[in-house]
Amino acid sequence: MKKIYGITGIFMVVFILTALMSSSFLTPYNMERLILRTSLFGIISIGVGFVIITSGIDLSIGSVICLIGCGLPWLLTKLSLSMPIAILVVLLATLMIGLLHGLLITKLKLQPFVVTLCGLLMYRGLTRGFTGDQTQGFGQVFKELRWLGEGRVALPGIPLETFGLPVPFFILVLVAILASIFLNRTIYGRYLLALGRNEQAARYSGIHTDKMIVLAYLICAGLAGLGGVLFILDVNSAQPVDFGNFYELYAIAAAVLGGCSLRGGQGTILGVVIGAALMQVLRNMITLVDWIPTHIEYAVIGAVILVGVVADEVVKRVASSRQIAASRQ
Amino acid sequence: MNPAPTEPLNSVDEAGLSPPLLLEGRGITKSFPGVKALKGVDLKLSPGEVLAVIGENGAGKSTLMKILAGVQSHDEGELRIDGQPVRFSGVEDALGNGIALIHQELNLADNLDVAANIFLGREPRRFGLMNTSLMHAQASDWLQKVGLRVPPETIVGHLTIGHQQLVEIAKALSVNARVLIMDEPTSSLSQHETEQLFAVIRDLSAKGVAIVYISHRLGEVKALAHRVTVLRDGENAGSIEKQDIHHDQMVRLMVGRDVSQYYALKERQTGEVIMKVEGLRTPHAPEHALHFELRSGEIVGVAGLVGAGRTEMLQTLFGVAPAVGGSMWVAGRSFTPQSAAQAIECGLALVPEDRKQQGLILEMAIKENMSLASLRRDQRRGFLDFGSEQDIADRMIADMRIKTPSDMQQAQYLSGGNQQKVVLGKWLAMKPRILLLDEPTRGIDVGAKQDIYRLMEKLAEQGVAILFVSSEMEEIIGMSDRALIMHEGRLAGGLPRAELSEQSVMQLATGGDRP
Ligand SMILES: Nc1ncnc2c1ncn2[C@@H]1O[C@H](COP(=O)(O)OP(=O)(O)OP(=O)(O)O)[C@@H](O)[C@H]1O
Ligand SMILES: [Mg+2]
Repeated sequence: MKKIYGITGIFMVVFILTALMSSSFLTPYNMERLILRTSLFGIISIGVGFVIITSGIDLSIGSVICLIGCGLPWLLTKLSLSMPIAILVVLLATLMIGLLHGLLITKLKLQPFVVTLCGLLMYRGLTRGFTGDQTQGFGQVFKELRWLGEGRVALPGIPLETFGLPVPFFILVLVAILASIFLNRTIYGRYLLALGRNEQAARYSGIHTDKMIVLAYLICAGLAGLGGVLFILDVNSAQPVDFGNFYELYAIAAAVLGGCSLRGGQGTILGVVIGAALMQVLRNMITLVDWIPTHIEYAVIGAVILVGVVADEVVKRVASSRQIAASRQ
Repeated sequence: MNPAPTEPLNSVDEAGLSPPLLLEGRGITKSFPGVKALKGVDLKLSPGEVLAVIGENGAGKSTLMKILAGVQSHDEGELRIDGQPVRFSGVEDALGNGIALIHQELNLADNLDVAANIFLGREPRRFGLMNTSLMHAQASDWLQKVGLRVPPETIVGHLTIGHQQLVEIAKALSVNARVLIMDEPTSSLSQHETEQLFAVIRDLSAKGVAIVYISHRLGEVKALAHRVTVLRDGENAGSIEKQDIHHDQMVRLMVGRDVSQYYALKERQTGEVIMKVEGLRTPHAPEHALHFELRSGEIVGVAGLVGAGRTEMLQTLFGVAPAVGGSMWVAGRSFTPQSAAQAIECGLALVPEDRKQQGLILEMAIKENMSLASLRRDQRRGFLDFGSEQDIADRMIADMRIKTPSDMQQAQYLSGGNQQKVVLGKWLAMKPRILLLDEPTRGIDVGAKQDIYRLMEKLAEQGVAILFVSSEMEEIIGMSDRALIMHEGRLAGGLPRAELSEQSVMQLATGGDRP
């Protein structure tokens, strides 16, 4: 718990600063968009959080989003598959991807960075291939499906025209609660945390470390796939060439900001979600605040991540030196 | 055979007042979160002296040594070298002042070769580039000094722990230190290697190098030390001069009470056979098939020289180094062990040799470490049972007298001996039917050692079969109902208690025939 104080503090500071600097930040419409984006990125960040906890990494998330996000409308409109079949295909594809990554990493002992880097290149290339690099979207049909991405739920006392909570927000809450229970309350979550620190000792304790690592990559690919569906529903028109570009980096950054150590074995789901929210507020700030030129976005985000990680380290050191001072008495 | 260092010890310096002290610590204190590890310790060291520092697990020995070697800084107190106050900024600084430390836990880069490890950070250069051939040549010299016969090109990760320990020693020797600190250097060495090390130590001492020697093996201390300093709970508990060094005296100062009756040597009633090993082949020595049986309630020692394949045998029995042939029969089930999970299911437990790599998740809490193997058994449909986790931790910390401020302390902050107790506790919590122990008392103080022996006996009485590997002859002879002796990957023979003696064990261990 101590670990998320730092990130929560930074989030609040950035949030308040943005509110002060831009009058359009706190408008209902902007808040709605912000919550929506946070939900989408939160979901994929939770996925990569699991992989990072095993001391792995997944660079292919953005391309999986592209594959699924462009693939689903393509299956529905180009191939005219029925909805259940199309969903089944998409689900199988993501599971296959996760399984492939996991098996290559555990059975062949390939490095996660390399395996998923190849994935990053392959899935996007593949998508551009089968779609003929054409823009993909649902058009105005598939109402029920589109509700998942575009639907809004009114809060009591506020008319829906003014503000509604986006449906993906509820999906994020559900995913986050499940993930959090899994990580902190089940033996499998404990196994992941243990093997992320010391795989050998975990194996000596009777843990099927390979299976657990595969599971982490499955979760990651699965949530990336879900993210892909939600992202395409949000924009409803995607170019295979750049849809989902760099999303893996946003997801990894959110996880790291949220307290996941790339050395493995460390991380909280709530931290990851707040990390994702911080990234989105930052991007929002850069667009809304007039005097910040939009094209320095990456510089700002990079700098804030660095500050976040440094602040986290400082907080840790201060806390432990306090404890030392206390035990000297 | 060596000139006794009494000369420099008793000589009087120019002013004719006090003997020249090489190193002195006065009133050293050090605190960690939740622990006051040192509470004003004094230490004196003269040139050529071999000073043994002893004390129970967690007494503060390693902490004091880390301070002397600049690894950690002290809170209060004063360090003096040649009478001049110093304060080290780091290890480099201490090395520059001629102080080198061999850590209790290995600190080698697994992926580099032996020579690179010995000269890490001090590589000989030529034209700005690393002079590899010179480095290998010099490394060979140092390896020869410590009696390690491996080529300097060997990757350290491929060596046994004992050999890695020798590399550490060679590395410390190679800096030509004036003060050489050894924190439990022999805990993973064979008898022969230990003797070799003693010869090196006596040689250095004769040349005026001061040695600080930490060990829980009091026999070694008696053989080697000119003086003994005892620590208890972070304070000086006393000092013993050469002529007064006796086992009982040391124990009394360490523990504050008498510890007697080391080995009970009770006749035990053994039950029926609960494990049969039928032609099992380890990946380490696949050309030899292993055959033996274990009975419930039996304590069987496994003896052999370092490298005889004892650890590898336990690893294969436990499934972490899957067998390449043969089978094992445990309580009605026949199988070829393929994973630790499978072995655990059959009621086996292994306390591994290397606690840092295989026994503990160093960054996890004591509590979480202790429950790790039991999680599957105690689960509630996949959910953690926090209650049983707490029970295990409370019970084991009390039973094993683990010294820690809380059960949430990370394992990495415990003293070496207390870490070992955590690993033991973790496996005892599993209530195994067959307990495999690999050097179970490594790094454990006399009091705790006795606790562990009593525990083994108690478990045996309850019907647990215990197979333990040990490099301490005394332990093998004192604890085993029967011993298995290994030589170069094969079982060279078995000896019942009546026939156990140092000679009979060594004869088989060195490849000789049955006595
Ligand atoms: N980095 C650390 N953080 C917190 N506590 C520590 C740290 N290092 C040591 N301690 C604590 O300080 C005390 C002294 O530890 P130390 O390692 O010096 O014991 P030791 O005498 O070497 O024991 P052993 O014989 O088991 O090796 C112990 O209670 C230990 O838990
Ligand atoms: Mg120690």
